[in-house]
Order: sequence, then C-alpha cells, then structure tokens
Amino acid sequence: MRETLTQKILKDHLIEGEVTPGQIIQCRVDIALGNDVTAPLAIQAFKELGLRKVFDPERIVLVPDHFVPNKDIAAATQAKTMRDFARQFGITHYFEVGQMGIEHALLPEKGLVTAGDVVIGADSHTCTYGALGAFATGVGSTDLAAVMATGQCWFRVPETMRFIYHGTPQPWVTGKDLILHTIGDIGVDGALYHAMEFTGDTLKGLSMDERLTMANMAIEAGAKNGIFESDDTTVSYLKNRTQRPPRYYHADPDAVYLDVHEYDVSVFSPQVAFPSLPGNVHPVEEAENIPLDQVIIGSCTNGRITDLRVAAKILSGRKVHSDVRLIIFPATQAIYLQALKEGLIEVFVEAGAAVSTPTCGPCLGGHMGILAEGERALATTNRNFPGRMGHPKSEVYLSSPAVAAASAIMGKITHPSRVAGKEAP
Amino acid sequence: MKLTGRVWIFGDDVDTDQIIPARYLTTFDAASLARHCMEDADPTFPQKVKPGDIIVAGKNFGSGSSREHAPIAIKAAGVACVIARSFARIFFRNAFNMGLPIFICESLKDAVREGDIIHVDGDRGEIILERTSERFETAPIPPFMQTLIDAGGLMSHVKKTTSLQA
Repeated sequence: MRETLTQKILKDHLIEGEVTPGQIIQCRVDIALGNDVTAPLAIQAFKELGLRKVFDPERIVLVPDHFVPNKDIAAATQAKTMRDFARQFGITHYFEVGQMGIEHALLPEKGLVTAGDVVIGADSHTCTYGALGAFATGVGSTDLAAVMATGQCWFRVPETMRFIYHGTPQPWVTGKDLILHTIGDIGVDGALYHAMEFTGDTLKGLSMDERLTMANMAIEAGAKNGIFESDDTTVSYLKNRTQRPPRYYHADPDAVYLDVHEYDVSVFSPQVAFPSLPGNVHPVEEAENIPLDQVIIGSCTNGRITDLRVAAKILSGRKVHSDVRLIIFPATQAIYLQALKEGLIEVFVEAGAAVSTPTCGPCLGGHMGILAEGERALATTNRNFPGRMGHPKSEVYLSSPAVAAASAIMGKITHPSRVAGKEAP
Repeated sequence: MKLTGRVWIFGDDVDTDQIIPARYLTTFDAASLARHCMEDADPTFPQKVKPGDIIVAGKNFGSGSSREHAPIAIKAAGVACVIARSFARIFFRNAFNMGLPIFICESLKDAVREGDIIHVDGDRGEIILERTSERFETAPIPPFMQTLIDAGGLMSHVKKTTSLQA
C-alpha cells in the first residue's frame, strides 16, 4: 500500500528486486521501441549475441521516422539496416514510409500501447505514453538490444513528484502551456530521475491529445516518466483501439510523494520557452514582437489532429507573413488523411504553408527545415537547445500550435487572441 | 580504476545535441562520431582533445536525447571519464551500459581550472587536484552499476546472467 501509480505498474511487472524508491529492479517489458537512428546501433549489439530470434516479434516496434523519407545515402543505409532486421526477425510492427508516423503519435494511434504497460523506447520521448496510464521511459540503444533479447529491463525505482492542476484554462491555453509552465517552474532537471504524476480537476477536461503533449515533455524536466491517472477519457480513447486489454491502476490515497506542486491554471497565459532551454519559459506577452524566420507546427509533441485543427482555425482565410516559412507536419498518415478530409490541408496551403509527410525531420535539425546561422524559429516541438534545429547560432522558441499559427501570420511571436479573437475552438 | 588526465571544463545542462549534433547521426561509427565530439558546445574541442583527457561539467550533463552516440563520441575521442555535478538519467544509463566511466562530484567543478591535472581513483571514490593537492569525494557507484562495469557493459552482463535461447 501507499504506492504511487508508477510503483504499482512496476510491481506488476516485477521479476526481481523490491519496488522501493532508489532500488534497482528487473522488470518484464510489454513493448520495446526503436527508430532509424537508435535501432541500427541496437541491432548491432543484438546481433553480437548470436541469437536467431527476438524475445517476442509482436512486442518490438520499429518505426523509421527521424531521417525518412531518406534524407541522404547514409540515412538510407540506416533505414535499410532496420528494415532488413525487421524482415529477418519477423517484427510484426514495422511501419514503412507511407504507413509510418512519428513514433510517439503512431504507437498510441495504432493501439500498440495500453494502460498499465511497461514500455521502453530508444528515444527519450517514449515518456509520451504515460498519458495512456502506462509506465513508459526512454533508454539507449544497448538497453533496447538487451530487451530485444530478453524481454526484460532494469530500472531504478523512481520517487514520484505530484503535479496538481486546478481551474479552467483561459482561451488559447492548452496542455502544451501547462507543461511548459511546469518545466519553467521546476527547471530542466527539476524532476531528474523521478516520476511525474499529473492530476487535478483541470486535467479531467483535457483531451487525450493534450495529455500526450504533456507526458511527452516530462523528459524536458529530467523525469524518468510522466503519468496520468486513467479516467473516462483514457477508457474511451483505448476502447476498440488497443490490441491487448488495458489494466487501469490508481495511486493509493495515502501514496508517498517526494513533493507536491499545485497550479491554478486560470491565471496562465499561453507560454513560450526562450532559447536555449525548455525551462526558460515566459508568458507569451513577454515574447511578443520577437521576429521570426520560420515556424514549425508538428512533432511528437504537437502534430496531432487537434493541434492541426487549432492551427487551421487561426490560419483560415489568412496569409503567412512574407518573411516567414511555415512548415506543417501531420504526425501520422492517419492524421494527414483526417486533415485532408476536414479541409485543413487546403487551409494550410491556401495560407501559404508548406505541408510535409510525417517525419521528425526539422525538430532535431535532421532535414526538412534546417535553420541558417542567426535565424530564429518558433516551433511546437519539445527542445530548443543550442543548434537543435540547425546552425549552432540559430535560435528556437517553443510554444503551442495556437501561438505558432498566430505568430506565422504576424511574422513575430504573437498571442493568438490578437489574430483570432478570444474564442478558442 | 585509476585515471590521470588533463581537464576540460563545461557548464550546466550540456545536452546531447551539443555533445553530438543530430546532423552527424547518420552513422554510429565511433571514429566518425569522435570527430564531432562536443562540437556545438566548443567547436574546437575535437581538435584539441587528447587521449586520457577528462571532462568536468556542471549539473544535468547529457540531458535531452537518448542517443547513445553521445557517450560513444566522448569515449572514442579518447576522453577517459566525465565528472559532473549530476547526469541526465538516460546518459547515465548509456554510459554504464557501453563502458564510459562517469563520476558524480559536487565540489570539484568550482575548484578546478581548465588544463589542470587530476587523479581519479574510482575504487576509493576520490579525486586529487594536482595543482593544490586538494581531495574531492565522488558519489559512490550504485552496486548494480558496479556489476555492469565489472561485467564489461550491459550486453556482457546479459550474456552472463540470462539463459538465452540461441
């Protein structure tokens, strides 16, 4: 008893050890994930073991998304390494270009992750699946190789920090603003090694897309994982979607937390992270009039259909500023198709935005929107480290899709209400 | 483990994009990665680092991406170990998994100057700053991490401890 959500999930996956904060335990893993940057290294380590099969070909997910469609010959070679491995070892969940999406949007959408899972991914934003009530955390390629072989992973049991959100957000204030504010408050190592448990009445009204955005950025506070209590929104999202039955856990009422942070979100403005840390967060009012060269809407943080709807509402009937390149990335093929059906893509193109097939591309300075020296971007992504999106002397600001769309129209960072009024969708 | 080396100093929150920028992630060849080690934190670092040198940094070293290419680049550049006030958790795992020695030490950073020679005794958990003869304690390595070191990394540990079906 007296256990947090994270502790309960780990306990039900325990192979060896004691689920007490600070202890090292060995756990069963439900899903292990790799991408075209991290999987090739894992595949090399795995092959050195000389095994003829992986622990379970249905529980390994391989998604080429970082440098695909292949940006150059070297990237093509890495993508091929992963594709060949997937074929050789009969990996069920390999997603080719044309079927793929940005991994952390794709796995929930396809129902590959469910509540109560233990998920590891060789990608730091694996923590996204905490929104579904899973324990999900990023690891390195060697960890992935070990899990591919054994189906097990070691973890240090984290302490849990509790984050409680009260009140009704003002128009244009979204899950992205809540998590940016939180990281600004506790700092980029404020939750180092810990679990972040998100709760409070505000979150009851938050869509699954916004929850995924919040959990996605737990790593930007240094956290091991970010996790939401399951509720009706979780149940209805997972219904008819997950391939394995969900297991809903709840923290004990007397669970032991490292500390508790409470926020009244009704006073929040849309938030903007200034260069060059995700924790360098200010209300949008303090960022207004900063001129921009590029705006990116997309990524595993904010490339989902509700993000695109908000952007389209603001861009509809308006034009992207002549000094700005606006590039929009629906995060998966299904989201792209839905956006097409709803007429959102037409709105974007009419406004003068470039719309791309799903890729992580520009978020990590890979391709499809690299910044030159001295250029400045506003992005709905999750990181704004020095050189993150291109030249080491370029700058990245982070915001919600609403702020990004309004700013693309004005050519400078702008509160959405200045462009589209007080009525948010 | 005993190491002696010349110190390079870095600040807080050195993220993995600065350690090895994503534009170089189209390979995991260690020597290729080493040519760009720490490039976006200090563009001249790959040229001036010598085998056996030691990186001393502030808090949250290795934050951000899970890319194991970061500790690989540092190790292949010849860096003997990294000493920081704290490490981001995925970097911490990766370093032990692939065999880059790292140490947590709160007080060294403020005492040390670039170019100083330090002596690190991993077993005793102490660092001696040659210039002043000052002694600094490192945080103890958790027993499980020591097991990984002794095994020669995670994959060797897995081979030893798990019965795998060929």
